[in-house]
Amino acid sequence: MKHVATETVTGQNPNWLLAKLDDLVNWARANSLWPMPFGTACCAIEFMATAASRFDFARFGMERQAFSPRQADVLICAGRLPFKLAPVIRRVYDQMPQPKWVISMGACASSGGIFDNYAMVQGIDTIVPVDVYVPGCPPRPEGLLYGVLLLHKKIKGESLADRALRDEHPLDDTGLRLPPDTIDEISEPFGNSVHQFRSA
Amino acid sequence: MTKRTVELELATPGVGANGDAVRVPLTVGTEEPSGIPGEPMLINIGPQHPATHGVLRLVVELDGETVVRVIPHVGYLHSGFEKLGEYRHYNQIIPLTDRTDYLAPMANNVGVALAAEQLMGIEITPRCTVLRLIACEMSRIISHLVWLGTTSIDLGAFTPFLWAFQQRERIYNLQEAWTGARLTTSVTRVGGLMADVPTGFVEGLEEFTRTFPKTLDEIDRVLTRNAVWAGRTQGVGVMSAPDAVNYSLSGPMLRASGVAYDLRKDRPYLGYETYDFDVPIGEHGDVYDRYRVRLEECYQSNRILAQAIKRLPDGPINVADPRVILPPKSRAMTDMEAMIFHFKQVMEGIRAPVGEAYVGIENPKGELGNYFVSDGSAKPVRWRIRPPAFINLAALPKLAEGHLLSDLIAINASVDIVMGEVDR
Amino acid sequence: MNPSVDTLRATFGTAIGRSSVTRDGVSTVDVACAQALKVFEFLRSSEHYDYLVDLTAVEYRDPERPLEVVYLLRSLQGGAELRVKVLLDVRQELAVDSVVGVWAGANWLEREVFDMFGVQFRGHPDLRRILMWETYAEGHPLRKDFPLRGRFSRAEQVRQALAGHPEAHYSMEELSFADAHHDLPADMRERLRRGERGTIPHSE
Repeated sequence: MKHVATETVTGQNPNWLLAKLDDLVNWARANSLWPMPFGTACCAIEFMATAASRFDFARFGMERQAFSPRQADVLICAGRLPFKLAPVIRRVYDQMPQPKWVISMGACASSGGIFDNYAMVQGIDTIVPVDVYVPGCPPRPEGLLYGVLLLHKKIKGESLADRALRDEHPLDDTGLRLPPDTIDEISEPFGNSVHQFRSA
Repeated sequence: MTKRTVELELATPGVGANGDAVRVPLTVGTEEPSGIPGEPMLINIGPQHPATHGVLRLVVELDGETVVRVIPHVGYLHSGFEKLGEYRHYNQIIPLTDRTDYLAPMANNVGVALAAEQLMGIEITPRCTVLRLIACEMSRIISHLVWLGTTSIDLGAFTPFLWAFQQRERIYNLQEAWTGARLTTSVTRVGGLMADVPTGFVEGLEEFTRTFPKTLDEIDRVLTRNAVWAGRTQGVGVMSAPDAVNYSLSGPMLRASGVAYDLRKDRPYLGYETYDFDVPIGEHGDVYDRYRVRLEECYQSNRILAQAIKRLPDGPINVADPRVILPPKSRAMTDMEAMIFHFKQVMEGIRAPVGEAYVGIENPKGELGNYFVSDGSAKPVRWRIRPPAFINLAALPKLAEGHLLSDLIAINASVDIVMGEVDR
Repeated sequence: MNPSVDTLRATFGTAIGRSSVTRDGVSTVDVACAQALKVFEFLRSSEHYDYLVDLTAVEYRDPERPLEVVYLLRSLQGGAELRVKVLLDVRQELAVDSVVGVWAGANWLEREVFDMFGVQFRGHPDLRRILMWETYAEGHPLRKDFPLRGRFSRAEQVRQALAGHPEAHYSMEELSFADAHHDLPADMRERLRRGERGTIPHSE
């Protein structure tokens, strides 16, 4: 059965005690998100700059960069994702234990960016579910930090009562995450891109 | 099964007469087989790995800890740059170049602009020449700083990474003041530059050149005569000079092996022959020498920057050719010819004459070449990037076989790859 | 004009075609495909072009023009530079001799030309795709008849990419560690011969 999107749970637990428990759990999760840097290209350099001393995202709880997916909470895809790398990110995402979130950092990870060609995945959301998209080419470290704070906000709105949030969604039998027409639709060029396929 | 023993003094090995660390020779010994039967292991490093400097996959065949064979697999960041270049005008290709070698974006911008100008027969103004040289040397410094930082992390020293990135932030401030972007600068245009340097830029750069050597000295103090650093890098990943030439290596990889070849000296461009600077040449061709060469190149780049600031001439940054440079907006809106020039450049692009041109510049990684083939239209028939990191990486199997697994990490780090350029 | 061009004409006669000086001042000379390897060996040994700067291919928009495999050679000592082009007819099989024996740096460069243009390099030790994955089915991307966005639909491209087993791209080199290619099961050997992906035993 195809999974229907999360039922609308307001995140408000009917029970005061469980609501407090939600607050505690979400506070703990949000403030100690260990990132898994799936850094591929230029955004990875801005990610490193965000980790370095000037911007320092350790202040926001992302103290330890977990290069093993088994020990990570949030997968930050920093950089463009070519088709050759697609099975790798899918496998790494599958290896992460719940609770897990994904930040798509940069224009290329969010939509394919300037690379509307044969080699590039047009947005990692065709492959893994994304929670926060951080636009920019590359996004400034402040932008990435804002994205992380947005993720904090999203996590704080979650609820333990909503079991569906922590479901694993592997690829379906056809080997895709979304139906093919959805993938084609979100990969279509738009705006100026539609004029950029003439060679001479 | 052979085993390689490494003799290390537990204190600083000592400093020789010229102030360099004394080399502790590696002894290779053979040991009788332990009697434990074994078979070689095939392990996979990457493409997602902290120490591969990008999405590089190494398939390593190990006999215990010794690397018998290493096969690099690249292409995990292949983005179709060269195909995209065939669908873009020459000026539209310049933003693409920021993303190939993203550690030294301004040098890439300069490389492709020089190639396009060579093809079109355009000569740039003196001010533009000096500014482009400043851009190249700033890029060299930031690229080597990333290399220093990440290589130190790979070999266990975390602090130089933070120091290096702090200095990079200072260059980023300057880049941002000039172009508006920290990393994706797109600073050149065919025939000139995107914009002139703002007020305060020269003073900021001068301040940088005055204080930057202090950080280099700190890094030097921490690493160069350190027993762990020397022990892990000396004698490791040796490439002889004839081999280096045969494998088409370039940049610090080539010079550390003793080949005295630097495009800035041997095939000068942007007026490099008029500047006073040295090029460090290594002797042993190992990882330690590559480190010394790159560290010294940072000092020399600083020296070149100080000279360039003093001789920055006044004048226009763009060549006075309306077919190539966009007219100022005020004129484009009032003067008919200016509007036509503007229209043709934006809608059609700059038409290059039929022909081809290759220009190689000394990128921090090596010789970055841009080869344009034109059939007379505004979009090139072929844009080829001669990628120094790709060609240097091809030598990795030769460098690493016979070493230990931990040496493989050091050798991989010493090649100074950036996967954006390797895979394009 | 680089004096090597005259030397080449004197030595190889009709195998040497048109020569010119391009806009960057580099002498460019066309060489017939059949004698290409001999020409390169001569250039390396007698003319001292010890450094292969770049090896690439160019296909023109005009379908009448041949596909050129371009070699940029340099002599580090003397500073001389020479561009050699081997012209291949696009209507026939694209193949040229490999120069890996002359310059070791040609190894990956030839693999890339094979990947992007489909040119076979005879005698190359390990000619397989390098930038795209080994079983990439859409074709050779830098050919002019290959559209910018690829031949398949986006969903199909995603599906094919995700179906690629990240670890199963074997080359003959990677398997030779067993030194026992003859010990492999027959169907695996057959699949390797055809260039198909393998599967890791016990993993699915």
